[in-house]
Amino acid sequence: MSILRITNLQIDVRTQGGPRAVVDGIDLTLERGRIHGLAGESGSGKTVTALAILGLLPESMTTSGSVVLDTNDVDTELLGAPRQVLAGIRGRRIAMVFQDPSTSLHPQLSVGRQLTDHMRHHLKLGKRDARDRARALLERVRVPDPTSALKKFPHQFSGGQRQRIAIAVALACEPDVLLADEPTTALDVTVQAGILQLLRELVDDAGLSVLLVTHDLGVMSAVADEVAVMRAGVIVESAPRQQLFTDPQHAYTRSLLAALPGSKLEESPEALVAELLNATRTEAIE
Amino acid sequence: MTTMPVLTASDVVVEYRGRPPLRAVDGVSLAIAAGEVVALVGESGCGKSSLARAVVGIERLGSGSVKFGSDEVPVLGIRRRPLALTGMQMVFQDPNSSLNPRRRVGDQIADGVRAAVLRGDAGSDPAEWLERVGLDPTAARRYPHEFSGGQKQRIAIARALAARPRMLVADEPISALDASTQTSVAALMRSLCLEAGAGMLFISHDLSVVRRIADRTLVMYCGRIVESGHTESIWQNPVHPYTRALLAAIPVPDGAGRLPITPLEADRLTWTEKIPDALERTAS
Repeated sequence: MSILRITNLQIDVRTQGGPRAVVDGIDLTLERGRIHGLAGESGSGKTVTALAILGLLPESMTTSGSVVLDTNDVDTELLGAPRQVLAGIRGRRIAMVFQDPSTSLHPQLSVGRQLTDHMRHHLKLGKRDARDRARALLERVRVPDPTSALKKFPHQFSGGQRQRIAIAVALACEPDVLLADEPTTALDVTVQAGILQLLRELVDDAGLSVLLVTHDLGVMSAVADEVAVMRAGVIVESAPRQQLFTDPQHAYTRSLLAALPGSKLEESPEALVAELLNATRTEAIE
Repeated sequence: MTTMPVLTASDVVVEYRGRPPLRAVDGVSLAIAAGEVVALVGESGCGKSSLARAVVGIERLGSGSVKFGSDEVPVLGIRRRPLALTGMQMVFQDPNSSLNPRRRVGDQIADGVRAAVLRGDAGSDPAEWLERVGLDPTAARRYPHEFSGGQKQRIAIARALAARPRMLVADEPISALDASTQTSVAALMRSLCLEAGAGMLFISHDLSVVRRIADRTLVMYCGRIVESGHTESIWQNPVHPYTRALLAAIPVPDGAGRLPITPLEADRLTWTEKIPDALERTAS
């Protein structure tokens, strides 16, 4: 059962020389209770795709196509939806976690305030109920000593704890979909492992659906169920995880895996240097 | 090792002012020989960048000493450095800030060439260096913003190597690059250093890339080297609990969907342990 359907999504940015496509007609279906990876290098259009879902693109970008959220058999078209509709969906049905928790959390508001504000707004909870729920959420994402954590400010936590708090904020209103944009890229590997485990648990136990945007194929291999590989605004290949890593069909996916230490298609450093020096790679991909 | 090391650091301590002072590097010794690639790995805040900056003289030493060949490395001041020290070059993480945006790429590489000539080494053509890092020689007339991130980093590498260094210190040179170019740029750095007979200290948090290019690896935690030695020995058979946790936490990109192992909070306490067996491990 699908929860989010992206059909023929096109995103153009206005430039002096006329509109330029940053996302060029992509289709992607997020199934319920799955982690769908969206991989690609910087500039491939993966982040703007995630932002477009929530109508968070800058004014200089225009969209066409369709993004449909399907909850309880009610379809809601998100592209070009009125403000009120989006306001009821952001943070409530679809929540987002960004790369850097030190900028996505408000530095001057206590963790408790950031966890309860939108719960009180969306779920119409009273102060005490919201507090109790916030405490339970922090416990769920394993932030130590939740009661005192509620009174603290983001700077008093480590990077990994901050990202756990950002995830707790995103989960507060029990959204159906979580958009995670490079959620572990700023973290150390030992901390990353914990966040990945948490994401997997949330999906398996709570039935959350996640769109995971990352350039890190190691992360994809660890948690994603489906992986779509994006390049220059187009999805070049989309496959179940195992298949993508063992039997990639597109030359671009192959080239990514060739440069990835530990992958089945890894090439020797010498071969990679030779390719870099000959610059044959970019031509071979076309 | 029979040859004299190019770079020797003994009991280096770096402290930052504060109450209490923060000891970022807590008594680290290392030696790097010509034609040897040594990797320094560890998580953010473990002191690896402070150590790199200390060995090239950007950071003032709290105590200890750093020698380049037989010369003591002084702290970088307003005056021009002693000529001999231009034989040690650095590549930084972000080429956007290490390259001058307002100067042509060729002119910036020519700075390196000039340093080599002043030291009495052979001169060279900047365009030739661009070719060696896989860029078009005509790129010399262009400005940094006309290149991609990976290309810019290769220009920074060309500039450093044009000075014909005997030692290259690279602080996270690949972490700002796209994943598909990280390994190839790192491998390129290795082959150019070997070709020039220079030693390299390669700092990275990416262990899987390090495994492909480093002869020896130093694992740093909380300002100390907790494990060191032959890269493959460390990889195959890590001794220190921190190294073990670090290696177990790396996701394997084989598509099997295995979650990496998350270290327990209690384990973190063991990471500061000193284990003499984990140090100076040789190939077996």
